[in-house]
Amino acid sequence: MSELVLPKVNKKTLDKKEYIFKALAKLTKPENVLSHADEIKPYETDALAAYKQTPLAVIMPENTQEVSSILKFCYEENIKVVPRGAGTGLSGGALPLNDAVLLSLGKFNKILEIDFENKCVVTQPGVTNLGLTHAVQHKGFYYAPDPSSQLACSIGGNVAENSGGVHSLKYGTTTNNILGIEMVMMDGTICRIGGKTLDQEGYDLMGLICGSEGLLGVITEVTAKILKKPQVVKAALIGFPTIEEGGNAATEIISHGIVPAGMEIMDKALIEATDNFSKAGYPRDAELLLIVELDGTESEVNELLKQVSNICKKNNCSSLKLSKNEKERLSFWAGRKAAFPACGAMAPDYYCMDGSIPRGKLAEALLEIKALSKKYNLPVANCFHAGDGNLHPLIMYDGGDKEQLRKTEEFGAEILKACVRLGGVITGEHGVGVEKRELMCEMFNDNDIQQQLDIKSSLDEKNLLNPGKVYPILRKCAEEGRVHVHRGEEKFPDLPRF
Amino acid sequence: MSTEEKRNSQIFQDSNNIYYPEDEAQVSNVVKELYKKNLPTELIGTGSKSFIGNKIQSAKKLSLSKLSGVVEYLPEELYIKVKANTPLELIEKELEKNNQELAFEPIDFGFIETGKSNKGTIAGYLACNFAGSRRFKVGSARDHILGFRGVNGKGDIIKSGGTVVKNVTGYDLSKLVTGSFGTLVALTEVVLKVLPKKNLSNTITIHTEDKKLVNELFEKISSSSSEISGAVYIPDEPQDENYKHNKEMVFKFNDLESKGSFLALRIEGDKVSIDERIKALTQELELNKLNISILDVYQSVPFWKKINNLELFAETKNNLLRAVIPPSKGNELMQKLGNKYKYYIDWCGSLYWIEVKSKKNMKITEIKKSIKELGGYLTIVKTSADYDYEETIFTVDDTRLLISEKIKKSFDPKRVFNPGKMYRGI
Repeated sequence: MSELVLPKVNKKTLDKKEYIFKALAKLTKPENVLSHADEIKPYETDALAAYKQTPLAVIMPENTQEVSSILKFCYEENIKVVPRGAGTGLSGGALPLNDAVLLSLGKFNKILEIDFENKCVVTQPGVTNLGLTHAVQHKGFYYAPDPSSQLACSIGGNVAENSGGVHSLKYGTTTNNILGIEMVMMDGTICRIGGKTLDQEGYDLMGLICGSEGLLGVITEVTAKILKKPQVVKAALIGFPTIEEGGNAATEIISHGIVPAGMEIMDKALIEATDNFSKAGYPRDAELLLIVELDGTESEVNELLKQVSNICKKNNCSSLKLSKNEKERLSFWAGRKAAFPACGAMAPDYYCMDGSIPRGKLAEALLEIKALSKKYNLPVANCFHAGDGNLHPLIMYDGGDKEQLRKTEEFGAEILKACVRLGGVITGEHGVGVEKRELMCEMFNDNDIQQQLDIKSSLDEKNLLNPGKVYPILRKCAEEGRVHVHRGEEKFPDLPRF
Repeated sequence: MSTEEKRNSQIFQDSNNIYYPEDEAQVSNVVKELYKKNLPTELIGTGSKSFIGNKIQSAKKLSLSKLSGVVEYLPEELYIKVKANTPLELIEKELEKNNQELAFEPIDFGFIETGKSNKGTIAGYLACNFAGSRRFKVGSARDHILGFRGVNGKGDIIKSGGTVVKNVTGYDLSKLVTGSFGTLVALTEVVLKVLPKKNLSNTITIHTEDKKLVNELFEKISSSSSEISGAVYIPDEPQDENYKHNKEMVFKFNDLESKGSFLALRIEGDKVSIDERIKALTQELELNKLNISILDVYQSVPFWKKINNLELFAETKNNLLRAVIPPSKGNELMQKLGNKYKYYIDWCGSLYWIEVKSKKNMKITEIKKSIKELGGYLTIVKTSADYDYEETIFTVDDTRLLISEKIKKSFDPKRVFNPGKMYRGI
């Protein structure tokens, strides 16, 4: 494992370990506190499995009042707390600390109310993203954000990370799809923000909490907005002979006034990898593959598909297929959704990057990544949420080879720096966590980071809640750190990642 | 500040103690000076919405009106980057050239103040975060801001966000500054998400006095997959001849029977898609059983403009309340309002604009209590001349106020920007 700088361990906390265990056991059912080495081992890491830390203890409260008592106790005793949802995060946001209590929301797994009249679901944070859709789909509703890990990731974690998905351009990310939350501050204060109304008056605290990666409060309840399923959904699968032509077509679709529900791009390396892996029937001669999904009314979707086809033909597409039925539409997506495991099958390890770039810079970005791949002599495959500019290069390497590991780190960091140079950002949906902490300085200067830290310390003045995440520990942005590697040991091998 | 000090101050200020910085660096310098001297300052753009919020006792004014102009507009990337005090009208004209728009439909608050259009600047608009009729479909102003640059209360230049829609790099401060009424940051530059404008719009109006039916229709509309992008109900109350006359003048359209109450819903898109959806809605809402009319695009577009301009309350001298409730509570609220107030409902049953005559603060307190009980919130957008501020302009609970105070402190520790504009102590 690469060396990772973590906040200084508070020796006093370690010294009073036994006292803490006893005290915690009084704040919830005793069996909800885990402190034995064997019991806490599964909690050593989240889905960024390259990093492992043993928590001081794991506590699994069952209601908001217990969360409040636990946080209040930790606040008074100066004990760090790391909140954890389903542990599917890819940036190490839920990485434990040796002197911190790991607060698992795993027992908050109930949907509290389904309110079709107000088009929302009130739920505990441990319910999975897909669980929300399952609860309302019998009446034709769904919850819009669809991160690839939706089968396992929790809605509370989605709020903490402001998770997106492949439909973000049209339907937004988590922050645009929740109406209210209940959270507990580090000192134990319980706070309700929003409710079943649209917007909220005053400071948009929900906007601040969404994507704050567990640094500002522990989410104990979420009111999520549900939408009616569109009448018709169809997709087009289009191959292009060059990266430029495919990139141009994607840009032209948007500038033509079409807002696709989803638009995905895969490069040649990925087309081959996924087609080998999932036999999706992709055009293997293409340099670039575009999947465009449209939704709306029957005639609207047909008309838009016609326009998309014309734009693609104009840009010299080499193949074009329109989905004739739901089965075929899903088959278009099958390969794309197998992108990550396909790469996993091609090399001992892969490292998934997550930057955002302006759509129009795609060709430039892909060519740069290609050049870097040559420079580092490491294969890379690219998938791109072209609708919202989110790029996921997958670098393939052998984690057993230290030199390769080092090169992969450098390669990844260079890609993210290129994203920033092209007008984008270092993380589109995976979060900063510990993984990209040091790269924050690529985007923000000292003033920017100081303002964010001031907010943090105004709500958590002792810096006890999830410390060491998101913001560089070695401050002053001149001191550039390194990006760390996600290698092997995939934590959730069955989850689709895209 | 003495005359000599004024002369020595690097940034121009006029005889009314108003600073007019010309760029971000100058804003930063002025604020640093204000911070050092501990001077409470009112932030102003063009002043189009300065009547919203509490009155401010300030030593200085900081006009940001010179920070205006489009910085970068990339229609194919669906964003526009502008200096923060660019007039909204200019932005809308620029977007129009590429058949794009700000989808949240900014409200033109000029009409309630002066009876004329006065859209003000984008920064002013973001400071309020009051979205128009399309809100329930596409989100509010806060859902369409991608990033900003600005100066905090210490004079530090800060930025957050960027130009891409998917961005989780650090806290999402863009949302926090939107709706903060200029109490956190003096915005200097903002990036907005823009979307293609729909080609056509049609409006179905349903004439009914049956309030229960209205709420049932709102429920069906919000459950429909026909992508309705506007749904308002204009009740024919109270029984006041002046009001009725005004209402008939505002909604004077060939195909609209303006007498009586009506619900209007908007469908936008291409012709074939609109026709298809009207057909679907005819079934879903059982329109055949109702008294309906359809406004074509030439009537539909101006109709929604009038709604968005709050023209029913043009030049009101009374208190104008903006209440947002969970839509399922519509029946209860309508019953409470009875026929005592002039009001209409937007956002498919969620948003109520209510006019309360002057010298009736007690009534406002009553309405506010009801709204809170229904799980909503209420803002007094405009106050009458004799309003005594006994009832607070905004709704906030103790815990949120405490958190808000802490956040304010982290941006503006000496309360230089718009002190008291939102809440006492902020």
